[in-house]
Amino acid sequence: MSDLLLNTEKGLYCPAGGFYVDPWAPVDRAIVTHAHSDHAHFGSRRYLSSREGAELLRLRLGSEIDLQTLDYDEPLTIGGVRVSLHPAGHILGSSQVRLEQHGQVWVVSGDYKTAADPTCTPLEPVRCHTFVTESTFGLPIYRWPPAEHVLADVHAWWQENQRRKRTSVLFAYALGKAQRLLAGLDGSLGPILVHGAIERLLPAYRAAGIQLAACEHATAENSREHRGRALVLAPPSAMGSAWLRKFGALSPALASGWMQIRGARRRRAMDRGFVLSDHADWDGLLTTIAATGAQQVWVTHGHVGPMVRWLTEQGLDARAVATRFEGELDEVGGGVELDEPVGAG
Amino acid sequence: MQRFTQLYLDLDRTNRTADKVRALSEYFASAPPEDAAWALYFLIGRKIKRAIKTGLLREFVAAETHLPGWLVDESYEAVGDLAETLALLLEPNSRPCSEPLHRLVSDRVLRLKGLPPDQQRRLVISTWHELSTPQRLVWHKLITGEFRVGVQRTLVARALAAVAGVAAPIIEHRLMGHWDPTAEDFRRLLTGESHVSDPGRPYPFYLAYPLDMPLEQLGDIALWQAEWKWDGIRAELLRRHGQVLVWSRGEELVTDRFPEVVEVGAALPDGTVLDGEVLAWRDDLPLPFAVLQRRIGRTRLDAGTLSEAPCVFMAYDLLELAGEDVRHRPLQWRRGELERLIAPLIDHAPVRLSPVVLAADWNHLAQLHNESRDRHVEGLMLKRLAAGYGVGRQRGDWWKWKSEPYSIDAVLIYAQRGHGRRASLYTDYTFGVWDGGTLVPIAKAYSGLSDAEIREVDAFVRAHTVERFGPVRVVEAKLVFELHFEGIQVSARHKAGIAVRFPRMANWRRDKPAEEADTLDTVRALLAAHAPAGSVAGFVQHE
Repeated sequence: MSDLLLNTEKGLYCPAGGFYVDPWAPVDRAIVTHAHSDHAHFGSRRYLSSREGAELLRLRLGSEIDLQTLDYDEPLTIGGVRVSLHPAGHILGSSQVRLEQHGQVWVVSGDYKTAADPTCTPLEPVRCHTFVTESTFGLPIYRWPPAEHVLADVHAWWQENQRRKRTSVLFAYALGKAQRLLAGLDGSLGPILVHGAIERLLPAYRAAGIQLAACEHATAENSREHRGRALVLAPPSAMGSAWLRKFGALSPALASGWMQIRGARRRRAMDRGFVLSDHADWDGLLTTIAATGAQQVWVTHGHVGPMVRWLTEQGLDARAVATRFEGELDEVGGGVELDEPVGAG
Repeated sequence: MQRFTQLYLDLDRTNRTADKVRALSEYFASAPPEDAAWALYFLIGRKIKRAIKTGLLREFVAAETHLPGWLVDESYEAVGDLAETLALLLEPNSRPCSEPLHRLVSDRVLRLKGLPPDQQRRLVISTWHELSTPQRLVWHKLITGEFRVGVQRTLVARALAAVAGVAAPIIEHRLMGHWDPTAEDFRRLLTGESHVSDPGRPYPFYLAYPLDMPLEQLGDIALWQAEWKWDGIRAELLRRHGQVLVWSRGEELVTDRFPEVVEVGAALPDGTVLDGEVLAWRDDLPLPFAVLQRRIGRTRLDAGTLSEAPCVFMAYDLLELAGEDVRHRPLQWRRGELERLIAPLIDHAPVRLSPVVLAADWNHLAQLHNESRDRHVEGLMLKRLAAGYGVGRQRGDWWKWKSEPYSIDAVLIYAQRGHGRRASLYTDYTFGVWDGGTLVPIAKAYSGLSDAEIREVDAFVRAHTVERFGPVRVVEAKLVFELHFEGIQVSARHKAGIAVRFPRMANWRRDKPAEEADTLDTVRALLAAHAPAGSVAGFVQHE
């Protein structure tokens, strides 16, 4: 029996169905797991994504793209391959892609997490023979504290800054992380201001019925007015930029899984690093892989080598799958979770 | 222990000097003296030697977490810090242990050292169970002898000074003396009592600031004294109560390393303290630093080493005369007294007076500065004649004016991950120059790039790895960097036959293709043009 997926120059390709999953170059037909730019690439002729994620995908790739959508679990047959999408719990609309042909089931995880997140449908592990899993945080040093503890720390830091008359600037990936924070932040503590890159994504979340704390687009006026009291959400690309000047004295912090490691925080001269990730931690990866029941596991993105060796020692048929984004992802603190990936056009 | 752990976290969480000083003074004002004494000991960088083999710790953590050893090693490579890796791998515990710091040090650090491995294991594992996750991190740093937190000694002194209600230089001076991490000595550090009589206590060194403006801005040249900048070991020579002590900048006693300097000290009158430089010296010229370094490296000084690397003490300042602290006197006065003391000794003891470099005007001085390399010195020092001898590094009265560095264009050939702040990024690079059709390694460099450039090079390394040898990646020969370095030396230990001193990246030459980087012949030409006499094989790269 031949493989349902091949790893090609442009990404994972299904020869039987004639489509790619998350290709990083323009192709005829692309199934896209989610709207982060290392997964959703410009220029393909046709796209397929979850209905929950369609709005974000259009924001990223343009409203004119040829986009077909599926509800989670809704089957579609492409060239004899039964295709369906299943929640991955990574960000709003993120999917795993399930492929089935001749009784063989393959699942491509995309990015996923096991922790609860009010801004998206929770991960549902899918039984399969072959599981293509991400491994961004595939080392046992990565174990996430409960998100409510992290939010309590964020609130305490914000209040401490208010006492010291410093504006709290919290850097977070603009798509997903920022909204997850907004869903958990307590707006009664003070004004919340957001960077334009975050602001423009909020309508899609509100349209999906997700409750977010009240916030305003940071302008010259309200930034000056709320100096020393506000919490400002900004993408990591704003670090060290002139845009920050309007907030006066500030305390910078970063919300990311990479903040688990002190060096990653100190290198960026952050006062605080809040460990909050939209990826699965070590335990999350292992329980999810186990829950799929897969005997064959392809590992991609991040700490691939150790994960492959670990799974092999557990008796699974595991192998590494190269991706163009390995470099960026592996780079602690500068990875996809933080910045726009270099390779994303 | 919890108070100290919190201090560690607070210091780690800010880059603001004022916040750090506040956290430190709050700690010193509130901690019991028996704990504060140990905290001070660690904060100013004194160390307890590693109490346990790091291999054992890796073994214990693997057993405790049921992880294979290789995965512990992979984790360590990603974190770049063993103490932190262990803390991250263990089952988290948020409940702090209330044991005071001094008890932790005596029962779980000092005691650990003397135990056989199986008892070490029991103590380590029971301690893991008792400490919270952040406490474990701090404890791991103490038992591995790796405790470091981003505070300068001057900040610690400032905080302590605020608590003691005296000026910071006074505390700096008290800290230089002999004290043990006990409650009693801590109280004495604050009150100052009985410290005056400590005959072994050196004065804090006064350090020059790098010259960063045109000479003319210093004003009239007649207000300044110029001296050569010697490339040796800065040392303070104490002659008190019939005893001679030699302190290095690292606050290390190096008396037994340099019998020649002891000889100089013995010739001085009692109650004298000199500032100067220990230099390897032959035929009235300094020998390369590498020669001196061999003296430090040897555990035993035999006659061979002594004759191979004969040393002198190059005196340049006088801090104590006839038992009196004269640092507040102007340099002009101190220099006069120094000359009076040293001149009669020069023919009898291995001592020299750092000559005053005389120049008619700044232009003339700049010409002399150009001769630095030929004179085997690093450049010039400029000292204000009217100024007293200060404490630490301060702008204004002492400037160091280093000679222009050597410069070559070399190609990035190997990369390795960094440690600490740069853990898991490829930041440690090896550079090569052309020798025929191949690149031979010429230097390793870690510094000089901005964070953004580091990330770019890191991405390049990952995308252009040709081969791996353990942690080292061989990369495609593409990126060219302008390297600067201070010295160049024949070396039998280096493949290129040459070793360079203090290499760093000055510029990323994006405009230059790899084929146009410098050749080994160009580098050899630098060596031929400037290498000091007395070059030796076995040069150890000094970093």
